[in-house]
Amino acid sequence: MPPRKTFHIVLATVGFAAFSAPATRAQEGPYFVTYNHYLEEPGNLEIEYSSTFGTQRGGNEFHAYWMEFEYGVKAWWTTEFYLDGQTTFGDSTIFTGIRWENRVRPLKREHLINPVLYVEYASIKGADKILKEVEGHDAEADFAPSNGTLSKEHNHEIETKLILSGTFKGWNISQNTIAAKDFSNAPWEFAYAIGVSRPLALKARANRCSLCPQNFAAGVEMYGGLGDSESFGLHDTSHYLAPVLVWNLPSDWALRISPGFGLNDNSHRFLLRWGVSREISGFGPMIGKLFGRRQ
Amino acid sequence: MRLVLPILILFVFPEIAPQVGAQDHANQKPTKRTTIYDEIAQAPAKARAKRNPLESDPDAIAAGRVLFEQHCQECHGRSAEGAGRGPSLRVEEIQTAEPGAIFWILSNGVVRRGMPNWSKLPEPQRWALVCFIKSLGKKPS
Repeated sequence: MPPRKTFHIVLATVGFAAFSAPATRAQEGPYFVTYNHYLEEPGNLEIEYSSTFGTQRGGNEFHAYWMEFEYGVKAWWTTEFYLDGQTTFGDSTIFTGIRWENRVRPLKREHLINPVLYVEYASIKGADKILKEVEGHDAEADFAPSNGTLSKEHNHEIETKLILSGTFKGWNISQNTIAAKDFSNAPWEFAYAIGVSRPLALKARANRCSLCPQNFAAGVEMYGGLGDSESFGLHDTSHYLAPVLVWNLPSDWALRISPGFGLNDNSHRFLLRWGVSREISGFGPMIGKLFGRRQ
Repeated sequence: MRLVLPILILFVFPEIAPQVGAQDHANQKPTKRTTIYDEIAQAPAKARAKRNPLESDPDAIAAGRVLFEQHCQECHGRSAEGAGRGPSLRVEEIQTAEPGAIFWILSNGVVRRGMPNWSKLPEPQRWALVCFIKSLGKKPS
């Protein structure tokens, strides 16, 4: 089958599945930046739209957004594809690039602390403003120039993370150590993200409900840069603190919101993130059937 | 370059490889089912000995049913009778297993065989699921 036709069939199936998939409730964590150790269920596809609104000193405020396609390849392996874009008010709207990430759980059992290995390839313009990772010496001033100027820079980057996460008595604590390298001669950049969250209720009710507390999880995350391999440390880095809230609806949609606050002069004063996602259960087997695979 | 897309798709969606998959399926020995249930035997004694704190909770089975419908029936079938992706939960191996062993399987998953761990569900919710699963053996299917 020609690749173009294959691609169209896959796209049509995604669209069909989004509206006809069986209802299974997404059980999303509340974080936007921090990763925990929970992977996508195998065969499931999650489609998510997320936004970051950011204030900007010395420039125009912006609204950056990204689409996420997250697929559970195996119970121990999740892959995710991103499309990024942004609108800078009073300037322009542009597509800023793609990302492809993979997360792998090396241990097969649940432990007090669970490691997950993360590798991402990103092909993005300098104008990318989703701020999903704040690395190295990233600072607010980097985003002040116009989209035209920022778009001249195109980065091919590999990013790795060591995700350590555990859940105790309903509390999830996650810590990410990040190292990113541009394919050019740029040095390795480092960053961190830490998150703590808990469902508002641990016990489930005996009936389906939308507003009951078990469907909500709240927490806080903190993230920022740690310099680079040539000047490691906190100087000239930016940091953020952001409360997070997720609402997992019984209709298999999830809504997340997070106001973020810059913690030093290098940071944007305020970031408002929100996202909406839907999980498509059994997407992989559906595709398999389409290609003649028996269950 | 024209090969990149199909290779990428096959890499990410191995289900698309019909011939290889079908052959593997046909060659499956009947022992595979037993092996999946054997995972319960892997539960450590300490986990097996755990008592279900919701054992006497009158709402636990109903809550477990709701959770089952939301998270489990896609793979295990609407009545937990087993479907293409997950085994039946009504069989003797499950129904005679200690609640602690089932809780342990839910918490750890059988990751290499496709069952994710469900530790993302808080403990009381996993115990409610155990109540529901065990209740399946108490009535005719």
